[in-house]
Amino acid sequence: MFSKVLGKLGIKTNQGRETFYGYIFILPWLIGLLCFTLGPMIFSFITSFADYNMRSIEFTGLDNYIYMFTKDQLFGKSFMNTLVYSLMNIPLVTIGGVIVAVLLNKTIFGLRTFRTIYYLPSIMVGVGTYFLWMLLLDPANGLVNAALSVIGIDGPAWLTDPNWTKPAIVLMHLWGLGGQMLLYLARLQSIPNDYYEAASLDGANAFHKFIKITVPLISPIIFYNLVIGIIGSFQVFQEGYIFSGNGSGSPAGSLLFYNLLVWNNAFKNFDTGYANAMCWFLFAVVMILTVIVQKSQKKWVYYEEGDNDD
Amino acid sequence: MIEKKITLGKIVLFIILTLGALIILFPIFWMVSTALKSAPEVAQYPPTLLPEEPLWENFAIAWQKAPFTQYTINTLIIVFFTIIGGVFSNSLVAYGFAKIDFKGKKLLFKVVLATMMIPGFITLVPQYVIFSKIGWVDTYLPLIVPAFCANAFHIFMMRQFYRTIPNELIEAAKVDGAGHFYIWGKLIMPLVKPVLATVALINFKGAWGDFQGPLLYLSDRAKYTLQLGLQVFKGEGYTQWNYLMAISFLSMIPILILFFCFQNYFIQGMNTSGAVK
Repeated sequence: MFSKVLGKLGIKTNQGRETFYGYIFILPWLIGLLCFTLGPMIFSFITSFADYNMRSIEFTGLDNYIYMFTKDQLFGKSFMNTLVYSLMNIPLVTIGGVIVAVLLNKTIFGLRTFRTIYYLPSIMVGVGTYFLWMLLLDPANGLVNAALSVIGIDGPAWLTDPNWTKPAIVLMHLWGLGGQMLLYLARLQSIPNDYYEAASLDGANAFHKFIKITVPLISPIIFYNLVIGIIGSFQVFQEGYIFSGNGSGSPAGSLLFYNLLVWNNAFKNFDTGYANAMCWFLFAVVMILTVIVQKSQKKWVYYEEGDNDD
Repeated sequence: MIEKKITLGKIVLFIILTLGALIILFPIFWMVSTALKSAPEVAQYPPTLLPEEPLWENFAIAWQKAPFTQYTINTLIIVFFTIIGGVFSNSLVAYGFAKIDFKGKKLLFKVVLATMMIPGFITLVPQYVIFSKIGWVDTYLPLIVPAFCANAFHIFMMRQFYRTIPNELIEAAKVDGAGHFYIWGKLIMPLVKPVLATVALINFKGAWGDFQGPLLYLSDRAKYTLQLGLQVFKGEGYTQWNYLMAISFLSMIPILILFFCFQNYFIQGMNTSGAVK
């Protein structure tokens, strides 16, 4: 099909032909990279130094960034909201995922059914799940508080109490941790039983085996989930938008997450240049955190031989 | 001695897992139970576990409260093209990275991996500007076209799968005079059907559940997707929880059916994408 084109381009060697075909095959991705990733990023970076409202543009130097750090109170608030949420969400969902995976890695009656059930919530996508949790977390006759009162706890007002909105989201995510659990489980299944048997002979108890064998061997997955978790967590948007009803971030601005503020600035106030500046700040923060996690991986991530054969 | 200890441990484990499973399933049960209740019963305190009398017609009533049939059709249009685009483009690109030796491949594949790290919002705002300039806002194009440009996670996942196919097979086909497109379409595609199914399912899940994209790009009510329609329905002060739960549950049925029919493909996809390093 392409032989004529190849001839015209003067490509005759085998290597040249391979390179030509290589680029033809990855063309969809290359186009996407230029049109939907790199192009927009360059555009975003340039307009972050301008007063831009999608119609007119006026370059203002660092004004957006200066305003962000010195005058915009919502910026600080939304950043803290996002940070606090991330600090709760990432560790809890990670630990929960590991624990459930370890429990589901034993041979036990009904194992397949258990795995299906624990994975089930993570496929229940869409706003319906959010509504369900709004109902469950209703302070007056919601099921969560009803269950808590059975064990003598007076449950909080969850989504209407500014102090409890973020834990409410984390609770919902803990319910849906099956996706992460599955990644750990796949790794756990590849650990040879000999390791544990040898440790038993040396007198190790279950806790020691978990810390010294299980955790190191699944640490690459924990690392991967941490990186993805940081990127995802700092981009929390939908939870804030839906739980506050209209994107306002209520109650008391406790659900005004960083990207919700970006959204409002970009698409409601049409302060697009400023929204872009905010995005670049978040990008920088996420990159720094990712680099820190990457650097730290030498200390705690254990790669088996053959893990890095790419 | 040891045998006995293990058995006791297993019983405890079984009880813990059962409790956990009940906690996980209860919200789903509650969704259906609420959907079947009458309005006074929903507001009743303490709440009843099961509806006094299940009102199955609630599902039909709720469905009529807004043009949900239209929303479903709209969603399916987007889902359909997203799947076509995702399966086609990702398999093509993944083949290129897995089976063709071209100059700059290593570097470009690093770029693929690097793009996984880019927060989506940084491109969301300028993408909107671009799509609005070319008049694509309030059409399905911004939701569909990017799917035809492959996705870093799916490229990675498919490439992992392609790499398990022996190169000898491709070399042999080349000796017989086959080109890369022939090899990709006739030889490889049939072998990688499982991973194609996985990508199709992930795309279905993503497009079906997408809220942010339609929220940004669609403003004409007749073009709303199911998720967007649901949110607007709720946003209009509609707190008749029985109907809301009925609609929410109906909106999840397709994905639940797919999950139970193709469970292995869902799980396989998660596993291979988790091998990213």
